[in-house]
Amino acid sequence: MAQLNAQGQPYEDETPEPDAPAPAPAAQASGDALDDLLAEIDGSLQVNAEQFVRSFVQKGGQ
Amino acid sequence: MRVVGIETEYGIVDPDEPRANPILMSSRLVQACRAGAGDRTARWDYGGEDPLQDQRGFRRSRAQATPDLLTDAPEFDESAGEVTLRRRRGSWEDPAHLNAVLANGARFYVDHAHPEYSGPEVTSAHDAVVWDRAGDAIAFAAAQRYAADEGTRVDLYKNNVDGKGASYGTHENFLVRRSTSFDDLARRLTPHLVTRQVFAGAGRVGLGQFGEAAGFQLSQRADYMEAEVGLETTLRRPIVNTRDEPHATRDRYRRLHVIIGDANLFDVATFLKIGTTSLVLAAIEADDERLDTLELAHPVDAVQTVSRDLSLRERLVLADGDQASALEVQRALLEICRSYATDAGDAAVIARWEGVLERLATDLFSAAREVEWVAKLQLLGRMRARHASPESPDGLPWHDARLAAMDLQWSRLGDGLATRLAAAGQVERIATDEEVAAAVATAPQDTRARLRGGIVAARPDVVDAAGWSTVVLDRETDHGHLEVVHLDEPLAASHPLLDALMAG
Repeated sequence: MAQLNAQGQPYEDETPEPDAPAPAPAAQASGDALDDLLAEIDGSLQVNAEQFVRSFVQKGGQ
Repeated sequence: MRVVGIETEYGIVDPDEPRANPILMSSRLVQACRAGAGDRTARWDYGGEDPLQDQRGFRRSRAQATPDLLTDAPEFDESAGEVTLRRRRGSWEDPAHLNAVLANGARFYVDHAHPEYSGPEVTSAHDAVVWDRAGDAIAFAAAQRYAADEGTRVDLYKNNVDGKGASYGTHENFLVRRSTSFDDLARRLTPHLVTRQVFAGAGRVGLGQFGEAAGFQLSQRADYMEAEVGLETTLRRPIVNTRDEPHATRDRYRRLHVIIGDANLFDVATFLKIGTTSLVLAAIEADDERLDTLELAHPVDAVQTVSRDLSLRERLVLADGDQASALEVQRALLEICRSYATDAGDAAVIARWEGVLERLATDLFSAAREVEWVAKLQLLGRMRARHASPESPDGLPWHDARLAAMDLQWSRLGDGLATRLAAAGQVERIATDEEVAAAVATAPQDTRARLRGGIVAARPDVVDAAGWSTVVLDRETDHGHLEVVHLDEPLAASHPLLDALMAG
């Protein structure tokens, strides 16, 4: 089963086009710290986000 | 100072076997928790619970109750007094060991198909944060032990929705005076519960109970609130829940059971959620009529309106025909509540409340270190932007599975995105790691949780079981029966018999 949180998995390079528009409004704050985390997340998400989301099924609770 | 407590139902998944039985996994998790605690746990005492009592004054017959409401065992017994005797039972009760009463005064158990941590009674918003995070640490440690013992992994999620229609709760409990009319309480508290999402929401990808529409909203729970007032907690969920099960002296107290809230991984969100609601309750107990000007015309609709309004500018229609945004309602509540801040803890809540409302109003993302939904929106917004291209200038659309995956991974205990953000110094903390570590093993010292947790820690050999308002002792006596120590006053942190036993 694909794991999304695995660290150090091959990183699929998805560098934005050079003329990509400025990032969303969120971009101004705490840029550098988030950049590193986002790169890591992006690398793990390429494995199989869809299957991960589909298999997250819970029973209802209170 | 008010007695409060938080209960959290965690999502539970075996990442290698998504179809694994969640009830079985949850019960093994409780076993792992108990094993990790050595012998310092106790069984749950089902002796005095009455989940069918309704705050509105009537009692539902067991025959009319849906099975999920029957959280007690069949033997309901409303005996009072300091210590009473109970006949010895067989070992039939809780044979699957689905409960553990812990040394920190909490209950860790299986509720429906989820593991639940019910934190001990505390008396401040700060302590609510401390023992809530202690619960996450306890649950995560149990999951690690489970994995080591069973050779299969289990992941826990501190969220409230699976995106497939299921929701599970994070409930807050507030002790309020019985003398306050419940109708007044429900009516006057509702505007706060509807609008506090602006700082208490955990954020959610997907709109609708099944995530049927794409988008982002402030709250996990908003789409599951379907009534203004009611007894149910698992269907037609109400904004104000009427379960009247005080676990305390019934003629003095109510336990207000708030089920609208999200599970929070941000300290400030938990701190404000508990602290502001406690202050609004103080205003209600004082019969402050200024609260009436904030009554909403359509509260159930307003829950969703607020949750889906990322601009925080939408106007809600008030009962008197005026209009106000959620932030304006909160601002008005803050002004009213200034009169009810009585100690340093309350003052800290007021200061934080004011600051966060100010930041939300002027620059949303300046609140990203404090408000969980804002931090989630920021991180997901940045992920969307990473994938922007001339063909899709907005980057990832909200229906992209990667964003839904991030929403789920946000709340995973141990290595979730919120935890990683905190590790990167991007989340403001109210409680220190040292305080949380201490609270894993130790109960609050200013409520009866001190007695429950303390006796479990010091003398598990004489404890038969424990509940919110009882400790059942099993020791050598002349009468040969179990002794039930009644702890009906939540603020009574000492008891002669238990103190003597703890002192050894």
